[in-house]
Amino acid sequence: MIAIIDYNAGNIQSVRFALNRLGIEPVLTNDIEQLQKAEKIIFPGVGEAGTAMKFLKEKNLDKLIPQLSQPLLGICLGLQLMCQHSEESNTDCLGVFPVKVKKFNPVLKVPHMGWNTIFNLKSPLFEGCSEDSYEYYVHSYFAEIGENTIAETDYINPFSAALKKNNFYAVQFHPEKSSSVGEQILKNFLAL
Amino acid sequence: MLTKRIIPCLDIKDGRTVKGVNFLDLRDAGDPVELGKRYADEGADELVFLDITATHEKRKTLIELVNRIALNLNIPFTVGGGISSVEDVSALLNAGADKISINSAAVKHPELVSEIASRFGSQCVVVAVDAKNINVAWKVFLNGGRIETELLLEDWVKQLEKLGAGEILFTSMNHDGTKNGFACEELARISDMISIPVIASGGAGKPEHFVEAFTKGKADAALAASVFHFKEIEIKDLKNYLAQQQIPVRL
Repeated sequence: MIAIIDYNAGNIQSVRFALNRLGIEPVLTNDIEQLQKAEKIIFPGVGEAGTAMKFLKEKNLDKLIPQLSQPLLGICLGLQLMCQHSEESNTDCLGVFPVKVKKFNPVLKVPHMGWNTIFNLKSPLFEGCSEDSYEYYVHSYFAEIGENTIAETDYINPFSAALKKNNFYAVQFHPEKSSSVGEQILKNFLAL
Repeated sequence: MLTKRIIPCLDIKDGRTVKGVNFLDLRDAGDPVELGKRYADEGADELVFLDITATHEKRKTLIELVNRIALNLNIPFTVGGGISSVEDVSALLNAGADKISINSAAVKHPELVSEIASRFGSQCVVVAVDAKNINVAWKVFLNGGRIETELLLEDWVKQLEKLGAGEILFTSMNHDGTKNGFACEELARISDMISIPVIASGGAGKPEHFVEAFTKGKADAALAASVFHFKEIEIKDLKNYLAQQQIPVRL
């Protein structure tokens, strides 16, 4: 069973539909037992970090998520929430990755919205994806580059396009909206 | 490098695709889902579906269509037309739309922009602005260009940014349907004025016009309907041409 963590995030339907296109019917849930039983978990997210953390805490998901042992994929805000701290509403996050999330310095347009390239790909998550392939982004905050970085993107400054630590994977872009490359990444995650 | 986006717009009436020339004289052509998929396969970066007959009774048909589009499409898409409440937005986003586009309702109730932005995030709020250059001033129009307002385009887009709009879709009524190019000077002026992305709309006739919109017009994205719809410009050819002209595009 593939679970999508249901916590009022904006792009849950898009992620569900993307999995449907791959022939999978995921379970949308914030039930702790069900999440523990899931074979793989997707942690989506569009929204605001402070509000999202508050919801996760109400459901005790803030304690659960860092302890999960099956492959988990954070998407967009999901990635940021898996970091240590976000400048968005000065929010303490889940701390899966020892990485800080910062606001883009608005020397170019912010949000970073549209298609941009990923490079320095370092994970089976990107099997079959070439360097500099395009992904779709919408975000105003970014995760810094660190030892967990497995892909980078450059906008205003280089940042973590993807992070990995043990069973935890996360991408800043939206694979569910990134055409065939995004589909490949979702397939790779499901095949882990 | 962040690329410039090419956005085909599909006007929808009763679940089918149409395109108005100067907002009138509608012509029928095609299933929105099939056409949307074809555009996505040809390299469209995003799609806009504009429901031009969005009446209360038709809402359910639109929601079903949005659901079908979301199931079949693997690139982002925006839905607009007749959106006047947070509930309308919620229904469309739940059906799978990535962004919504509001126009007249934003002018009548500017607080709606902030309400949508705070509830669903700015990233999903596209505000469409139809404007016409009258005696040097750019005036904002409502209801598909039928009603003139006292609002000036430049004041309005600045206000929209403050209210939490995520993107501005600027249609020049002087240029729309002419195929003589986008309103590049005005585009550049508003693009410099605000820090959110600006989508150029109205006037696309040939590939050179897109180059101008991105260079002279400083647009972040360009939207067109009929040139794509009637295959006067193929999206693949257009993007190859843009790449040759040193415009960053996704190939």
